Amino acid sequence: MKPDMSVNVAGISLRNPVMTASGTFGYGEEFAEYVDMASIGAFVTKGLSLKPRAGNPTPRIVETPGGMLNAIGLQNVGIDAFIAKKVPYLRSVNTPAIANFFGSTVDEYAEMARRLDEIPEVAGLEVNISCPNVKQGGIVFGTDPDCAASVVSVCRAVTKKPLIVKLSPNVTDVVIMARACEDAGADALSLINTLTGMAIDLNKRRPVLANITGGFSGPAIKPIALRMVWQVAKAVKVPIIGIGGIMNATDALEFMLAGATAVQVGTASFINPGAAQKIAEDMEAWLIANGVADIKSLIGALET
Amino acid sequence: MQFTSLILSNIEVSPGYWRMRMTAPPECAAARPGQFVMVRINGAIDPLLRRPFGIFDIGTHTPAQSGAVEQPYMEMLYRVVGKGTAMLSTLHGSDLLDVLGPLGKGFELGAPDEEKLIVGGGVGLAPLYLLAKELIKESKVRLFAGGRTRDDILCITEFERLGVECYTATEDGSLGECGLVTEALLRRLDMLKGKATIFACGPHGMLNAVAGIASQRSIPCQVSLEGYMACGVGACLGCVAPGHSHSAETPDYRCVCTEGPVFESGELKWRE
Repeated sequence: MKPDMSVNVAGISLRNPVMTASGTFGYGEEFAEYVDMASIGAFVTKGLSLKPRAGNPTPRIVETPGGMLNAIGLQNVGIDAFIAKKVPYLRSVNTPAIANFFGSTVDEYAEMARRLDEIPEVAGLEVNISCPNVKQGGIVFGTDPDCAASVVSVCRAVTKKPLIVKLSPNVTDVVIMARACEDAGADALSLINTLTGMAIDLNKRRPVLANITGGFSGPAIKPIALRMVWQVAKAVKVPIIGIGGIMNATDALEFMLAGATAVQVGTASFINPGAAQKIAEDMEAWLIANGVADIKSLIGALET
Repeated sequence: MQFTSLILSNIEVSPGYWRMRMTAPPECAAARPGQFVMVRINGAIDPLLRRPFGIFDIGTHTPAQSGAVEQPYMEMLYRVVGKGTAMLSTLHGSDLLDVLGPLGKGFELGAPDEEKLIVGGGVGLAPLYLLAKELIKESKVRLFAGGRTRDDILCITEFERLGVECYTATEDGSLGECGLVTEALLRRLDMLKGKATIFACGPHGMLNAVAGIASQRSIPCQVSLEGYMACGVGACLGCVAPGHSHSAETPDYRCVCTEGPVFESGELKWRE
């Protein structure tokens, strides 16, 4: 018998818990050749801002053992071009699209939330308060609980759509941030964004990235992400979307045991553009092989 | 397209430079010169990301065994520069590779009556052989191959066999002229009577010089760029290159993997 793979995150029904992470899946269309959108739970757009952004100078990415650093700098087409050029694709697929967005001021966050709220094709909003790569791209809002709460509440005030807040791991206590966002009206929390890191070219005696530091992602960060998801899951009532180094179904299911209702696949999509679909299929196969009838029974089912 | 490829051969053609032949699905026969593939070196997480390689050649492999069917093959010419390429060089015939491609925008071949001038620096020759093979069908083709030493001048015999007239230059004078390959190019341009098009791939300094020459003499020029990229499909935005109107105040970036890797040189920003 086919197991029930469906989950509900903040009012968004997902056919399965596998979503794609912002910044690793373009605006969806880039992956149409590789992923049957009807096989994944949802996809999340590249982070959007009011004005288009060109991003940082190069080199923007570098690989390190088990992971990669990126300092793209939130390059995106901006909200107007998103509506004109990217939304038609969202309309054509039968899969919820979640718009990730950011602002450089609290007002900009509110304005973005208001604009996105008007787009019927957008199933939910993911607020990026945690990009490590630009001066005002979120991390200031993502490391201070009062700033985070003010961003979340102004967004909450202008949208009835499901509001997900993406948390930064670059904090002393992620639980404080999680609680602040929950109290300010977040419907769900996604974590973790990338960890700040750097790489050095010994022979040139220079940093590898033009931005000097970047966001670290990939399988190397999974243990940290699992720990944070587990800590936050115990502390809040809203659903959690687990992110961080998920490469396969085993990784994804571990996040669900730790307390995640859904997961996002990020860096893995760079290596295998069809990764999210494969992970969803393999998760179902695991449920069948282990006689699990409903995937929801795994959420937070970690035995300690 | 994503496919599993069987390595047919992997040979060091010059110290540090390797040429790999691998099976390819029939769709790859339609790959355009200048397109590239993203290769996963192994199934482990180190190296994590795929590596981009220009397509050196495409052909049909006839297995030695009787009764075996013919199969398309693809070749890559690569230089061992780090951990990923070092591991790639240890693979043998019958090993399997996970390949994504052909990707990106290739070269425009131009009008048949023009002279085609191909400029390659070191492993920059990788995408230029398939190009030469196409161009020679209709045009006169000259290759200008440069490198630091003779070890960096690759597969010249193959180009000659196509009927390409080859000029070589090395910085240490160990093969061909002593000096930069652009000097040989300039001399040819001085003698040029009709129209010409330049195609170039190699180190950024060389491309910069070639783009400058092309612009000064108003000769159409296409360059193939390299970029650090994670995905190859336009999602990571790691591999961008500055477009012609780029400045710190008004940034203008082009995505190498999807808008390139081949660009008209005038589309890009070069050092003066």
